[in-house]
Amino acid sequence: MIETARYLASRLVTTALIVFGAMLLLFTLSAIVPGDPASALLGPQATPEYRAQFIKDMGLDRPFHERLLVFFGNLLTGNLGTDILSGKPVWSIISSVLPFTFILTFAAIGLAVLLGVPLGCFAAVRRGSIFDHILAFISVAFIAIPSFVIAIFLLLIFSIWLDWLPVLGEGKSGDWLDQARRLILPTTALAVGWIGFIARLVRTSMLEVMGENYIRTSRAYGLSERLVTYKYALKNACIPTIAILGMGVGRLLGGAVLVEIVFSRPGLGRLIFDAIATRNYPVLQGAVFVVVLIFVVTNLLVDLSYSAIDPRIRRQAGREAMPR
Amino acid sequence: MSIAAPASQSGTLAEVLGVFRRIASTFTGTMGLFIVAMVISAAIFAPWITPYDPDALDVMRRFQNPSATHWLGTDHLGRDLFSRLIMGSRIAMAVALSAIAIAMITGTLLGIAAASLPAHIERIILILFDVIASFPSLVLALAVVAVFGPSTQLVVVIVAVTLIPVFGRVARAQVLTINNAPYIEAERLLGASYARIVVSHLLPNIAGPLVVLASMEIPVVITIEAGLSFIGLGVRPPLASWGTLIYDGYAYLSDSKLPVIIASSALGLATLGFTLFGEALRDAVDPRLNRDH
Repeated sequence: MIETARYLASRLVTTALIVFGAMLLLFTLSAIVPGDPASALLGPQATPEYRAQFIKDMGLDRPFHERLLVFFGNLLTGNLGTDILSGKPVWSIISSVLPFTFILTFAAIGLAVLLGVPLGCFAAVRRGSIFDHILAFISVAFIAIPSFVIAIFLLLIFSIWLDWLPVLGEGKSGDWLDQARRLILPTTALAVGWIGFIARLVRTSMLEVMGENYIRTSRAYGLSERLVTYKYALKNACIPTIAILGMGVGRLLGGAVLVEIVFSRPGLGRLIFDAIATRNYPVLQGAVFVVVLIFVVTNLLVDLSYSAIDPRIRRQAGREAMPR
Repeated sequence: MSIAAPASQSGTLAEVLGVFRRIASTFTGTMGLFIVAMVISAAIFAPWITPYDPDALDVMRRFQNPSATHWLGTDHLGRDLFSRLIMGSRIAMAVALSAIAIAMITGTLLGIAAASLPAHIERIILILFDVIASFPSLVLALAVVAVFGPSTQLVVVIVAVTLIPVFGRVARAQVLTINNAPYIEAERLLGASYARIVVSHLLPNIAGPLVVLASMEIPVVITIEAGLSFIGLGVRPPLASWGTLIYDGYAYLSDSKLPVIIASSALGLATLGFTLFGEALRDAVDPRLNRDH
């Protein structure tokens, strides 16, 4: 019990430190932009009057420690600043694209679970069969090949050669069918690695569970093989899988950045990319902060659920290659 | 209880050959070994293999199909794709190996320090590992590159930093196990200094798992470098990275699909090869790490 409380406390402290570290990093980055920040942000064409006004507005004339305090205070109150290009609050820009990234990520996780779990389960039941061997190879290939490479090949095959699915963008707003059709390829590109990863995890953990005493007992009681496998064994084999999935959120977000760029879909990744291209630092800072926040909070939740479900799960993670 | 030191894992030529024989004993291991050997030789011998200067422009011959003169055709500026692909393997290996070397050395030192120094310092190091490991590496790289501008060296440093905890945690765990072994105890009683114990016992014994880890991280680093270069934030043109080749091909997709297909296939094949090799190496060095059997 004390062990658990201690772990909980150390996790909370670490999480706070990470968020603090992220904020500090973002501030430092904005403070050490090569050259002076005003010209970097406004570009060479800005008039001297506008520059002076800008420096005053942004508080760049104030001492370093004061700026640091203001920056932290703003972030803590949820104020991510104002976009210099459009004059809109950064948070409103981020929240307008956030749903696209969430839909893409959740659709990808959903597809990966939907295909990965049955495949892994099937491979475990037919351990050593040709199907098992083929699946083992395909799983590694899926995991190893970067998601943006898969995205490019999907785009070439299904949009350009076969002309089955539309290529770019998120679709017309209000036209659900069009939006769903445009979600298919990005989702698949992002999910492919995770299908392989989950199939492998489920297979391994099914094989472990199938050797347990309670499975032997249920067989001895005369329960049908199907019931034993798909109900009792699978249920327990899935718990570590679902928990480990949480660890993948960061990688999934990283993959989503590139996939969004390949398919020119709006989203956090695309926003970060555009912000870099236009040197829009407030938007960049805000978007990176939100990504780090999502990542850290998900990791915390997953970690806590690990220790609640089964602390041994922690040790299982990290020994397998993960999707890129 | 025996107090004899176990044979070092990273030892003689015969042991290394044994590991390679075990890797080559499976189909996937052989395939991994073959691809890795191809990529590494391409990287080493690039200047002698490339039939053309990879950066030489020949605009009259842009988007050529594969032929006897240009084995894989040419890109949008008439540059020879085969030569650029070979040079790309050089960049990929240089970035991957230097980033992993930095991460492995720093991580191992921190890991040994964590296992050997007083508990409060250990805690600080472990928290540091947790903090670093908690940043999404690609997004972190994007933020840093956005400010300092794209550069290959920067990519190496960022990737190295994000990998430090991976090596540090394994090094620490290994040292903790070995620290309590009777033969280390015996060395200590005989008056061996800690530095001597680290150099002659700890390092040789933790080298195996660390090398396995390093080989499994190579495809991850290759992917990050290619990903950053693909969106124009890694290796700068005209330098031929696989990522920039894919970027160039993708930008001129309507003119020719070949460059993007060739470059993506090369990248996909390389990451697959290194992953297969890494897993086969893991199984060959320490079969216990694989839970499939």
